Amino acid sequence: MKITDGEVLHVAALARIRLDNSEARGLRSDLDKILGYMDILAAVDTTGVNPTHHPLPLVNAMRDDREQGCQDLADVLRNAPQHEDGYIAVPRVI
Amino acid sequence: MKAYDTVIGLEVHAQLLTRTKIFCGCSTQSGLPPNTSTCPVCTGMPGTLPVLNRKVVDLGIMLGLATGCRIASRCIFARKNYFYPDLPKGYQITQYEHPLCEGGTILIETGQGIRRIGITRIHMEEDAGKTIHDDKAPSSYVDYNRSGVPLLEIVSEPDITSSDEAVAYLRELRQILMYLGICDGNMEEGSFRCDANVSVKPAGSSRLGTRTELKNMNSFRNVQRALQYEIERHIEIRESGGEVVQETLLWDPSRSVTASMRSKEESRDYRYFPEPDLVPVEIDTAWIDGVRSGLPELPFARRKRFIEQYGLPAYDAGVLTQAKTVADYYEECVRLLDKPKELSNWIMTEVMRVLNEQGIPITGLNVSPKMLTGLIVLIKKGSISGSMAKEVFAEMAATGESAESIVEKRGIGQISDEQELQSLAQEIINSHPDEARKYCSGKTGLLGFFVGMLMKATQGEANPKLASRIMKELLEG
Amino acid sequence: MLETARQYRRCKKSPVEKTRAFLEKIRSDTFNAFITVDEAGALQGAQVAEELLKSPDAGALAGIPVAIKDNICTRGVRTTCASKILSGFVPTYDATVVKKLKEQGAVILGKTNLDEFAMGSTTTSSIAGPTRNPRDPSRTPGGSSGGSGAAVAAGLCAGALGSDTGGSIRMPASFCGITGLKPTYGSVSRYGLVAFASSLDQIGPMAPTARDAAVLFDAIKGYDPLDSTSVPRDYGPTDLDGIDLKGLRIGVPEEFFGEGLNQEVKAAVQSGIAVLEDMGGRIVEVGLPHAGYGVAVFYIVATAEASSNLARYDGVRYGLRVQDPLDLGDMYARTRATGFGPEVKRRIMLGTYVLSAGYYDAYYRKASQVRTLIAEDFRSAFSRCDIIAGPTTPVTAFRLDEMIDDPLSLYLLDIYTIPANLAGLPALSMPCGFDSLGLPVGMQLMAPHFREDLLLGAGISFQDRTAYHQEGS
Repeated sequence: MKITDGEVLHVAALARIRLDNSEARGLRSDLDKILGYMDILAAVDTTGVNPTHHPLPLVNAMRDDREQGCQDLADVLRNAPQHEDGYIAVPRVI
Repeated sequence: MKAYDTVIGLEVHAQLLTRTKIFCGCSTQSGLPPNTSTCPVCTGMPGTLPVLNRKVVDLGIMLGLATGCRIASRCIFARKNYFYPDLPKGYQITQYEHPLCEGGTILIETGQGIRRIGITRIHMEEDAGKTIHDDKAPSSYVDYNRSGVPLLEIVSEPDITSSDEAVAYLRELRQILMYLGICDGNMEEGSFRCDANVSVKPAGSSRLGTRTELKNMNSFRNVQRALQYEIERHIEIRESGGEVVQETLLWDPSRSVTASMRSKEESRDYRYFPEPDLVPVEIDTAWIDGVRSGLPELPFARRKRFIEQYGLPAYDAGVLTQAKTVADYYEECVRLLDKPKELSNWIMTEVMRVLNEQGIPITGLNVSPKMLTGLIVLIKKGSISGSMAKEVFAEMAATGESAESIVEKRGIGQISDEQELQSLAQEIINSHPDEARKYCSGKTGLLGFFVGMLMKATQGEANPKLASRIMKELLEG
Repeated sequence: MLETARQYRRCKKSPVEKTRAFLEKIRSDTFNAFITVDEAGALQGAQVAEELLKSPDAGALAGIPVAIKDNICTRGVRTTCASKILSGFVPTYDATVVKKLKEQGAVILGKTNLDEFAMGSTTTSSIAGPTRNPRDPSRTPGGSSGGSGAAVAAGLCAGALGSDTGGSIRMPASFCGITGLKPTYGSVSRYGLVAFASSLDQIGPMAPTARDAAVLFDAIKGYDPLDSTSVPRDYGPTDLDGIDLKGLRIGVPEEFFGEGLNQEVKAAVQSGIAVLEDMGGRIVEVGLPHAGYGVAVFYIVATAEASSNLARYDGVRYGLRVQDPLDLGDMYARTRATGFGPEVKRRIMLGTYVLSAGYYDAYYRKASQVRTLIAEDFRSAFSRCDIIAGPTTPVTAFRLDEMIDDPLSLYLLDIYTIPANLAGLPALSMPCGFDSLGLPVGMQLMAPHFREDLLLGAGISFQDRTAYHQEGS
């Protein structure tokens, strides 16, 4: 077994996704199968191999410290489920 | 009670004085209405992408050089994943495995002399927005104006051994940042923030004790008190046979205690990984040299030089180099007038008084170095007395007028015109023949009488030394 | 597309007329290719194009009606990613590719269907329901750009944009019998493309022919200062006359013809390769020894990035927020539980797991290292050949009622397309034949970075010689 029920719940908590019991069970079995398949990688010798994080060797993509203008407040709030006095409102953070 | 060693490491977040945010072109200006300095990038709208502000790297390199760090030839950004309403993307773009700078030093002065505090690393990252909590309201309110403001995180080695040293380190670091002009150093407003890791161990032991992390110390005084409290708390726990729990604590300045931040903390697992939306930053020697050439002299070196070059007492050198602008002002004055100690006295007293009264930085002072040295030249020439000069200075600071013009306008200059004084003195001698005769016959004590008469005749504006000499010459001539 | 442009030039048709005709056709679309049709915006765009066409400088795209995959942001037009979690989201900005298309006078008809957040190979997980394959409506168009694929195949637009993270342009192109190009990573701006996996995602054209795909590609490619992974270089126009295949070295990797490949697909692809050989191409055997690890690498790297990219859907600033949350944590957990479908959750979970403490090295780092080996395989292969040819998918379009419900089996459908994404290479899929049911088979061509000219050129020449791209539509 690659992943336990406890790990599924822990990962769901990290990802902030509520799972019901049947979902958690289904996910455990799916992830178990998928992670089992990933084991084929263990056979590859990667000693001394640098990891690739970008498919092209680009460096130093930067911009100058110049203002580009901000958006209108109306546009900031247009998509917000709840807002008050220019602030985005969320359930109270304790 | 056994003796304990204290081990403190500090993490400082310094907001950088760039015009725009680290990954978008929004202004970093503070104090704007909520969410008006934002764009789709810094509010984490779908499909938007970050582009690095080159200036942030420049300023990071600058601090790295100023603290003797190695500047990475290649550094990368990483994502730190966690959920919070003021973190719009659900991750913070920061640096993890390959930071911008590593392995530096900051020198601090302590009661036991100079100590070196190691800098583990300096890295670049974005600030989060602000969540405003109102106990009475059912909601919290989020403002993303600060989201994406560039920060340098400066992590010290656990080299600090007391709360006083911690404050000395923070003062020195803050002063360096301000000298470099890369951070305004404002602790209350959060542009210079500090977290601390604290532990204690039996004196001489090499085994580290369990550490706690302290947050929310927004002044030097609070840092000092919070650390002192926490050190004592650790010792007390150990003395009573207990064990320190590794946790994050908030300093509560109103109750002067540290309090646990979260009772049920989801185990922290930030799942750092290289930020795929940003490419590596490669820094060659030309870039570093370019930054180095713009590097100002740092406070520690400048203090030392002031003592050696100008013969100032350590105290004066410390005061004058506290702020770069003051030190620059002083040096400009000395360049114009080679009276280092006298200028130091003037700046430490009259100039500082005006700055405090007006609540302004020296760059906002009405009196330029040229004007200040002009005033001191007038004293030297004997045109005005020292006490008059203080009055004149106050007026200069208030009006921005030069010393010469104030002296002339108010007619308070000393009469140093010899001819004028000679004729007045002659008149006085002529009208007091008896006293003059007595003086000539040896009663030289009467000189005071004649000089007094001369001063009276000039309403006190005669240069006293000159008046005395002229009177003496005429009486004896 | 080019024919329409010629008609405009000869004033045979006007963009407004043409747009009306497409909109009319879309209204009776039975394949569910679109999520949103922007009639008003399209007609307005057509009018702008009419003005543009009065100038002799008007480009090939002026007045051409196109469709955009609904994970690409369009200002003022809702962008759903086929997900409940983006309910009501209307971007206030255009993706760079959309901006470019508008500037060149293209008419944007609307937003096409996809698998939720482009995570899938069937275009069935959409809030808007499944898209059907115009070649056989009982079958999937492939995914995730199935809406764009179906819209092109059904003639509901002249061309479309898709996005390709592990094959999402090429697979539907193959299943729908059209031409699709996944460009070199960094040659088309990702700004405004809702991220699935940032180091793999790339927007590309889907069109009836390679020539049309080239016109669309030329319109959207180029450096964009808003995308740090965009490559600054000279992007010349594609030669629409095709290329001379004489002497072109065509690499054929045996790894792409092994177990799991449907025999009819194999035969069609081999016949396609034979055509290329017949046209002067020289067949070279090449090896891609690590390509077989591609699926495992992909589903670690892509889900890791996705788990982070999809963290912003938290109910705070846009999209879905559940009613009456108890507190902040409840709002997060229920909004994300309700807003994401099963496959998206599965991938977020997988990605979160492979990055979590204790597993990073075994999964994420290991996969990133094997990714290097896969890229090196291509580098050495391209020292021996100019392009690589093989199948796009192991099978042809399957029936919607015979849907594979095992996630891993679905993932393995990407086995031939994924390597190009991992290595950032350009890859093209075009029709090269049919199976015994008459379903189209796609041939995939891959080239070194920025050699789209070879892929499109070979595609144009191939299509000038064959009729697979015209049959069945």
